[in-house]
Amino acid sequence: MTLRPDLRLVADLIGADSRVLDLGCGDGALLDELITNRSCSGWGVELSDDGFYGCLARGVPVVQGDVDRGLEDVEDDEVDVVVLSETIQALRRPELALREMRRVAQRGIVSLPNFGHWRLRLELLTRGRMPTSPELPNQWYSTPNIHLCTLSDFEDLVGESGLTIVDRIPLDGSQRRASGLAGARPNLFAAGAVYSLERNSDILNP
Amino acid sequence: MTTADGPLGLVETQRVVLFEEGSPLVLASGRELAPVEVAFETYGTLSPERDNVVFLCHALTGDAHAAGHHGDSSERGWWDNIIGPGRPVDTDRYFVVCPNLLGGCQGTTGPASTDPRTGKPYGLRFPAITVKDLVAVHRALLSHLGIERPMAVLGGSLGGMQALQWALDYPTEVPGAAMVCATSRLTAQNIAFSAVAREAIMRDPDFNGGDFYDQEKGPELGLALARMTAHITYLSEEAMRQKFGRRRQDPSAPTPDPDAPESDFEVDFEVESYLRHQGTAFLDRFDANTYLYFSRMMDRFDPFADNQVFERLKTLVTRFLLVSFDTDWRFDSSHSRVIQRQLARAGVPVSFREIESPWGHDSFLLEVPEYHRTVDTFLDSLWRER
Repeated sequence: MTLRPDLRLVADLIGADSRVLDLGCGDGALLDELITNRSCSGWGVELSDDGFYGCLARGVPVVQGDVDRGLEDVEDDEVDVVVLSETIQALRRPELALREMRRVAQRGIVSLPNFGHWRLRLELLTRGRMPTSPELPNQWYSTPNIHLCTLSDFEDLVGESGLTIVDRIPLDGSQRRASGLAGARPNLFAAGAVYSLERNSDILNP
Repeated sequence: MTTADGPLGLVETQRVVLFEEGSPLVLASGRELAPVEVAFETYGTLSPERDNVVFLCHALTGDAHAAGHHGDSSERGWWDNIIGPGRPVDTDRYFVVCPNLLGGCQGTTGPASTDPRTGKPYGLRFPAITVKDLVAVHRALLSHLGIERPMAVLGGSLGGMQALQWALDYPTEVPGAAMVCATSRLTAQNIAFSAVAREAIMRDPDFNGGDFYDQEKGPELGLALARMTAHITYLSEEAMRQKFGRRRQDPSAPTPDPDAPESDFEVDFEVESYLRHQGTAFLDRFDANTYLYFSRMMDRFDPFADNQVFERLKTLVTRFLLVSFDTDWRFDSSHSRVIQRQLARAGVPVSFREIESPWGHDSFLLEVPEYHRTVDTFLDSLWRER
């Protein structure tokens, strides 16, 4: 089974032999790749039944649970990397997730859709309605994505959470690495992005 | 085979002597025990590669008869709903083995068995046993069947505790361990309930220090009380409300007879009648001494307290599945979470899920669809990877 292109990008940001905690791991495709081919270990947290069964069928360790309820069981620095792949926009408390990410791992990988993409801006401007797109197909009332933001918004929160952006990979509409304008002005031209984050060493920061 | 006969139909309990005088079972305590006879049942067919074994470990009061029937098709084994062709423990694929536990009273050597030194039942002279000892006997049974290793070990409650101990003691032997509403350590409240059960048995005037086998009756009152107390912990409050509510046996019963005031305190509500029935029915099939030994064994179970365990975890090949039920208050979800944390922290692959079910601890014996699908998916993944 081939890995979704954005998950391939995430996997490439995670070193071999890492301990990984994948929050909102879906059917476990990323962890499967990391465990099977990159000698990583770790587990996923997934709320949906379908995702849980998908992981179980693959033999990927998974705990059914709600990321929003925190990771209080997980110890400080218990893992090397926390992954939030296409998850953060669906959380009730994205800021808590980033704070917990920072607590339990030195590194974090976050991918998310960009609500600042020009096409969405244009749609809102011209139609005066909540935009939809191939990445964000749901209506405002039925979307699981309750905390949509622009890449710039997200980057602000990253800074406030005591994390530093080490790498940012802009994505195109097919969730591949975008080039050209999207690289130069991602907040306007990228459909989404994958971020590699690291904990600030500044202990005065939260 | 007719449907009324059930998917497995007639099954038979087999018996084998696994340890004899010259080669006794050496217990974890160092004491020796022989002979050790084990009663067990098997379902399905062993594959030529001998790699399709699902080993079932029963709980406190279970036995070898997990599925099928012994002649009366309405009386099925205790886990019949999960075992059979096309069921989660699929007998078209797996070779299922289920023994009665060491120390038990349903065919396997236990306190009621004859002590070869005296020619009389052991009673309390039966040595103290641990979950490690149960596992040692399970392995001997597999060895007798020509099986090197199970594909999966599966059990609920005390059964799950055996699956955990097996994987921890033999870290390269068990590809899959599924523990349903189990625990790695009883809480003070759990032990408190054990204590009440033991007191009830031991203070029964017919207990006689455990030597009651040649009496007209044993500590029936105590054993029934132990069972009644335990049953309260197996059901959730919600389950009791649904099953019995405040319904009465006979709402039209007259007010108490002043000449027989004690009649007012006999069974009135349905829940009382249920508990009394559970207590009485238990007497026909269970030995009070086994109850003492098993409950004490559970109290003392604490495999993660052994520091060497964490060294062994590094070589562990087992994939774990933990399932708990949201209304179980005997071993609530926090017990499974503790196990998940201990194992995951050591880098062991472990999956955990709390399933909604109104039936409390008893849920593991019932046909809860998400629970069965979870076990099915787990075993299927082990089967495909074997």
